Amino acid sequence: MKQKDETILEIHDLSVSFRMYDHGLEQTDLQVISDLYLTVYPGEIVAVAGSSGSGKSLLASAILGILPGNATVHGHLHYKGQELTQERQEQLRGTDIALVPQSVAFLDPLMKVGAQADGHRKPLPTDKRKSIFKRLGLPDKTEQLYPFQLSGGMARRALVSTALLTDAKLVIADEPTPGMSLEQALEALRMFREMADDGKAVILITHDLDLAFEFTDRVAVFYAGTTVETALASDFKKGPDALRHPYSQALWRALPQNGFQPVCGFQPYAGALPKGCLYAPRCPYKTAQCMDAVPPVREIRGGEVRCYYGA
Amino acid sequence: MKRTTRRLIHIFATYGIRIITLLLAVSVITFVLVSVSPIDPVRQYIMGLGTAVSPEQRTQIEEYWGVNEPLVERYVGWMSELVKGNMGESAIYRRPVADIIGERFVNSLALMLCAWVLSGVIGFFIGCVMGMYQDRLPDKILKKVCYIISSIPTFWLGLVFLLVFSVWLKWFPIGFSGPIGVLDKDITVWEKLHHLILPAFTLAFMSFANIALHTRQKLVDVLNSEYVLFARARGERKWTILRRHGLRNILLPALTLQFASFAELFGGSVMAENVFSYPGLGSAAAAAGLNSDVPLLLGVTLFSALFVAIGNMIANLLYGIIDPQIQEVGG
Ligand SMILES: Nc1ncnc2c1ncn2[C@@H]1O[C@H](COP(=O)(O)OP(=O)(O)O)[C@@H](O)[C@H]1O
Ligand code: SF4
Ligand SMILES: [Mg+2]
Repeated sequence: MKQKDETILEIHDLSVSFRMYDHGLEQTDLQVISDLYLTVYPGEIVAVAGSSGSGKSLLASAILGILPGNATVHGHLHYKGQELTQERQEQLRGTDIALVPQSVAFLDPLMKVGAQADGHRKPLPTDKRKSIFKRLGLPDKTEQLYPFQLSGGMARRALVSTALLTDAKLVIADEPTPGMSLEQALEALRMFREMADDGKAVILITHDLDLAFEFTDRVAVFYAGTTVETALASDFKKGPDALRHPYSQALWRALPQNGFQPVCGFQPYAGALPKGCLYAPRCPYKTAQCMDAVPPVREIRGGEVRCYYGA
Repeated sequence: MKRTTRRLIHIFATYGIRIITLLLAVSVITFVLVSVSPIDPVRQYIMGLGTAVSPEQRTQIEEYWGVNEPLVERYVGWMSELVKGNMGESAIYRRPVADIIGERFVNSLALMLCAWVLSGVIGFFIGCVMGMYQDRLPDKILKKVCYIISSIPTFWLGLVFLLVFSVWLKWFPIGFSGPIGVLDKDITVWEKLHHLILPAFTLAFMSFANIALHTRQKLVDVLNSEYVLFARARGERKWTILRRHGLRNILLPALTLQFASFAELFGGSVMAENVFSYPGLGSAAAAAGLNSDVPLLLGVTLFSALFVAIGNMIANLLYGIIDPQIQEVGG
């Protein structure tokens, strides 16, 4: 299924920081993403899973080059082997790379949903859009509605339709399913799967771990702005022994069907990150080494992990 | 359809009651103010006659005018005539107040509409430019210009314009709504327009800054919104975003503000009309005040209140028509 030699997206050592002004004058850099890595191959759906605030949406913005003006990006971002410069990002946005944004706030409140889904490119893809609306279970009259008249689930499906309309090789879907009924969510995921089977790739951002490993090929677990592990989705089905990072294992145990054990402690805030391993404050296996320096990424059993002891 | 009709009736009934209440309040206040002021309308009237009057005649006139009756009775008397459509006779022009207001109003309206459209178009355009170049040089310069202009008094600017364009360059006439010495019915539309341009520009110049700054702020907000972020993610460029999302989202607040500014424009037009000797309501009000012409003053005040209230009503109604969200909630 995978062609190891050809990636659609390759990211490593990515960091994003925001220039902030404290009390008007003092300038500080708030690091929100650090040492992040992610590789996406054609034909696969990769889940990006992590709790709220772990940097998932920012990653999407960084790939598309739409971070706010006070953000600085460092690291390697490659699309189909070519460096993603600002210029290249501008060319690829909406044609090669499509985004499914997180909420209805990303729809123009004063534009009807149909026209909005059609977008600005000529010729308008109205017929294709109508059939996608139908498949997603959006009634015909939806196109005449304004965003505020949509239910949460309808808005999410309208957002999904915008990406399905493009010929994008890479779709980044930022939490596309909340608010949809199970059936609608499954239909949306099926459509993503069809795209992947077509040789395209999908990054499915979610904080729902179940969803992440049920419908995707690989899972990247984010924590406090970094990737702590990438694992095959099947590893999550096997259980904690197949997983490599203490956080992934803890997340697995926190699932309702696996005992519902909450992960104690809190994700550290940007600006108050620990010096060494970002997970150290909550890790039961930590040693002095962990708190001293950031652990390197290691490849283990077809996955990657950022932990000194991960197995 | 039936629902729409019912809603319209409801809206007009509400606004109708509101406006009538407002007019009543304004009429009472004006009436009281005029009564306690040192104005002596009878003396003014007599002076206007231009002949000497014996004390007996004066008493007769006083009786006819009812100046010695109690305030409430005078008010009721004036009001009952007003309801019948009789606004009284102007002391200085010796003609029915309603006629004068009618004529003057047409002139004022032409002036204000021109100024209103000009200031709206100029202000909106400049606001868009400032917003698109936020914090860059064009924005910084235009912002300074706006602040400077909004601190200049209208009459001063009017005098400067008059000096530059009429006296030096001789592009425009110095005053009035048509050439002097030509009968009203012989004045062409072009001549009227020629006389209108300078006061209209002065007035527009004074009020575009407000709409420009407001439009700029709205556009900046829109450009920072999540829906514009998504538009960028879909490959829309700067000017496409302005066309597809910017204008759509800033037009409504700009239009509302522009309608609401009608009241201010009215205030400005009083100044401009006086500077340019333009025969509108504003100069009539000034003349009435200076010459103690009570009937005209009352009439103009009441009519102005009505006019401004209707302007505000139109603004509110338009807002409901254009914004789908309000329409939905209202219905
Ligand atoms: N414009 C910004 N300025 C400063 N911090 C930001 C900004 N946008 C996001 N952040 C911070 O970056 C972190 C990651 O945000 P985000 O990517 O939205 O998280 P999520 O994983 O929930 O999508 C959060 O802690 C958030 O507070
Ligand atoms: S590096 Fe150390 S602290 Fe971090 S997850 Fe691994 S064991 Fe825990
Ligand atoms: Mg998010």
